[in-house]
Amino acid sequence: MKAPLIVVGLVLALGPFALTSQSLVNFAMLTVVSAFLGQCWNIAGGFGGLTSFGHTIFFGTGAYTAAILQTRWGLNPWLALPAALVTGSLVGAAIGAAAFRAGLRGSYFALVTLAFAEVFRVLSNSLDFTRGGLGINIPLGMGAGNFQFADRRSTYAVALAFLVLATAAAAWLKRARFGARLAALRENEDAAAALGVNLVRTKTIALALSGGLTALGGVLYAQTYLYVDPAISFGVERSVEMLLVAMIGGAGTVWGPILGAIVLHIIADVSRSWIDTPGFAPMLYGVVLLVIIGLLPRGIIGIWERWRA
Amino acid sequence: MAEIYAAALINGLLIGGVYALVALGLTLIYGVLHIVNFAHGSLLMVAMFAAWLMAEKAGVHPYAALPVVALAMFALGWLLYRYVIGRVSRGEDRAILLATLGVAVVLDNVFLTLFGGDTRQIESDLTFAVIEAGPLLLSVPKVIAFAVSLLLAGALWAFMALTDTGRAIRAVAKEPEGARLMGIRPERIFALAYGIGIGCLGAAGCLLLPSFFVSPHVGNVFVLVAFTIVVLGGMGSFPGAVVGGLLIGVTESLGGLWLGESLGPIGISLVFIAVLLFRPTGLFGAAR
Repeated sequence: MKAPLIVVGLVLALGPFALTSQSLVNFAMLTVVSAFLGQCWNIAGGFGGLTSFGHTIFFGTGAYTAAILQTRWGLNPWLALPAALVTGSLVGAAIGAAAFRAGLRGSYFALVTLAFAEVFRVLSNSLDFTRGGLGINIPLGMGAGNFQFADRRSTYAVALAFLVLATAAAAWLKRARFGARLAALRENEDAAAALGVNLVRTKTIALALSGGLTALGGVLYAQTYLYVDPAISFGVERSVEMLLVAMIGGAGTVWGPILGAIVLHIIADVSRSWIDTPGFAPMLYGVVLLVIIGLLPRGIIGIWERWRA
Repeated sequence: MAEIYAAALINGLLIGGVYALVALGLTLIYGVLHIVNFAHGSLLMVAMFAAWLMAEKAGVHPYAALPVVALAMFALGWLLYRYVIGRVSRGEDRAILLATLGVAVVLDNVFLTLFGGDTRQIESDLTFAVIEAGPLLLSVPKVIAFAVSLLLAGALWAFMALTDTGRAIRAVAKEPEGARLMGIRPERIFALAYGIGIGCLGAAGCLLLPSFFVSPHVGNVFVLVAFTIVVLGGMGSFPGAVVGGLLIGVTESLGGLWLGESLGPIGISLVFIAVLLFRPTGLFGAAR
């Protein structure tokens, strides 16, 4: 069973390097970025059951980390990757520690993350440090040494590396003791706590891990589009997309978010050829989400699981 | 100086009245169904669009359209619960939350597809009308919205307290199994309560429109406000929703005055986070 999966994976992963069509490369890049962000959400939301409605907090933190390191302190943008890993995890740890200590879970956790995202949006929109609503332009300086790629295939390669990293983290969660503790908390908090699982610490670490990885996506965004602003960084749409990718593919599974991202981006591309308005594709996403929750609570990957069983 | 504060305070209270009506619907849905209705903001957006369409296409003033829009929203809410949310979620907490999120995503984007992302307002002779109250100028649509909202809140309270249907709703909220044994069908009551909660939004949409703009994204603005009020007042508490609505209206208004237009909105999110972290039962809520 593993061999065909690896072959399919390799074709999907390496195929775009052979492509010359810009639109196909772009499609592949956006899909891989989406799969990566969905996988990051999945680490907290799927494996840990921490249904976040504000995951863009970490994405935006990473994007601003990259922009500020370069424009204020003149550092090389590659340094933004370790820096964003740190800032993203710290924000995750802080929000996690506050929320889980207060005993927030389920819908309440979802709402508090939404509120934190709004706090971040308002702050980045108001502070001089982040240049307020103007956003931050990153000076143009194409070159691999400067983490700016003229060729989207290079961006794709970086995104793919991130996706591999996040998927490795998900696969690790599936096997490691830490993942087992997390799953125990997700399935039955009281029972897990009675067995000696440290609730606050376990969940906080999961959110910090997810936050650090998500922040890498923000760095890649900043280096690709060379501009960050409060709405791009902390708008609710990105949080929802991350959740949709994971939920539709299959939350709490290793391959679900990748499948989810492929399905959503095919829907987006096909629907754009029918009706090309900004809301049409997201509307279909919402419909797919409702269908999935109703019929396939384990996500699209559940079809595969059921077929194998 | 004192006059500026007095004006901000009064304005906050006036808008807080409508917030209270929005929050009443949300707290009713939470209290009876024990679900977090994430689609609340988006359904308010639908109500505001309905009021806007009535005004623009049929020339009906939002106040005249209020009963029709409220009834239509009641029907929409009833249908949504009966055929989408109730059916899709099978009673699981996370599934219900995600189902209401799915409904919000669909609604927001249906309106974005149909109407584009522009903000819309209605032209009405009332929009800029003011009453002079001593040194203060009160916006007429806001005064009307405040008065009608509190009137409707009172009517809803009377309905819940005095009618058989209201009693049945409260019975199901407390003890669905016990209510079933008394011959009440909880599933019907759930759809009814969801419909009433959304019907409140129909009224609120009509009251807001003369002084507010509407766009497909406006739900995102209101959803956090509505949840803040409900959490502050105590999930499921009627007096909590009214007091919370007024407090949040004032918070928003004073926040804008002290912190400026850009930083002002942070007040609501901070209140929300602080209540969730430090006093999750809110002002009037029973201990969880």
